[in-house]
Amino acid sequence: MIEVRDIKKAFGDDEILKGISVKFEAGKTHLVIGRSGSGKTVFIKSILGLHEINSGEIFFDGVSLGEMDKKNRLQLRQEIGMVFQGGALFDSMTVEENVMFPLNMFTEKTYEEKLERVNFCLDRVNLNDSNLKLPSELSGGMQKRVAIARAIALNPKYLFCDEPNSGLDPDTSIVIDQLIKEITEEFGITTIINTHDMNSVLEIGEHIILLKQGYKVWEGTKEEVLITRNKDVEEFVFRSKLFKKVREALIK
Amino acid sequence: MELGVDSLGIVAIISIFVGAVVTIQTALNIEDPLIPDYYIAIATRESIVLEFSPTIVSLILAGKVGSNIASTIGTMRVTEQIDALDVMGINSASYLILPKIIACVLFNPVLIIFSIFLGLFGGYIAGDLAGMISHHDFTMGLQMSFDQFYIVYALTKTVVFAFLITSISAFYGYYVKGGALDVGRASTLAVVNSSIALIISNYLLTEIMLS
Repeated sequence: MIEVRDIKKAFGDDEILKGISVKFEAGKTHLVIGRSGSGKTVFIKSILGLHEINSGEIFFDGVSLGEMDKKNRLQLRQEIGMVFQGGALFDSMTVEENVMFPLNMFTEKTYEEKLERVNFCLDRVNLNDSNLKLPSELSGGMQKRVAIARAIALNPKYLFCDEPNSGLDPDTSIVIDQLIKEITEEFGITTIINTHDMNSVLEIGEHIILLKQGYKVWEGTKEEVLITRNKDVEEFVFRSKLFKKVREALIK
Repeated sequence: MELGVDSLGIVAIISIFVGAVVTIQTALNIEDPLIPDYYIAIATRESIVLEFSPTIVSLILAGKVGSNIASTIGTMRVTEQIDALDVMGINSASYLILPKIIACVLFNPVLIIFSIFLGLFGGYIAGDLAGMISHHDFTMGLQMSFDQFYIVYALTKTVVFAFLITSISAFYGYYVKGGALDVGRASTLAVVNSSIALIISNYLLTEIMLS
């Protein structure tokens, strides 16, 4: 479980996160939604420790990130998987080398054991014939799947995804969403996803928080998001006519 | 290391032709019949060993290697590959930059020695082809009153220049913010600033080592 208590983050005079508190339970997919510029990416990067927060506390399974020494932080990092918006695959490495990279860095396994793990992860994301391809030879959806495979290579306890569906067609988006949900449930991972894809919200949003101008303005489940009368949710989620109609039909 | 090997071609071409031009220009400027021909070779040798190979070739490498390092690391930054390393708990600066500095510091002296030999070879061939100095006189001039410390001086400069080129270029690439345009800008800044640093350190090293 990850708990965030009243975190604030500013870049110079520009305050991006203005005091956010939330709990992310294990084994669930948590969605952070909000408009572009609402602070989603800064929020996720602050939890990851890529941005130093100005105030507040972040707890990983009850242990404060701020109180961890260098060794414990390094240990924690190995328990975190991250899927970046653009995949962030190392473009000089093949698919196999990308997925094997964290295993090379942090395990003492033999090459055969590592290869077995790589093949398992690639198989898990339905990519078992692309080991020797370079990222530039893959489609956007395949790159995201390799990024997921790399993120789960070390059996992470926490999985972070920054807009995993951006730039993907609806079919591939659904495949990626389902894949993340399945992996989360299968391995009991705490998964936090940044998105503004409403299909994802309604498909896999077991716990959703809405950010607006650096504040958490709403929190609930995918069932609650459809019936809430919260003004910010209405403005953000139900701006589309299609979602409005879905919601009206459900309320009726 | 790959970058250094890739630079062999350009270093070879430039060294041979500059060596040839230095020999011809020196020969043309020595009009006094009392000055022996082998002085042309001595002048060529000093120009190549002291200045052309260590400094001018390093400036060329600052353009080729420096822009490559800045743009490679800069692209990794804007495509979040460096963030991916940081999330994994890997010291990205050390992982990405240190091997490049070590490779350049080790390989640039090899390139410079290669350049010195080819520069002198260019002069040896061009002097004879132009009928300005015979092979025999050129070889004699190369061996005459040679100060071995000049090689130490040239290689010391090369090592310092290699460190400056890689560290300055890596700095600009590592701290780039934005997109592709900013990577290009960082690459240009890396080349300009490492060239300036190289020229200033050339002056300082010459003051320290030769004065």
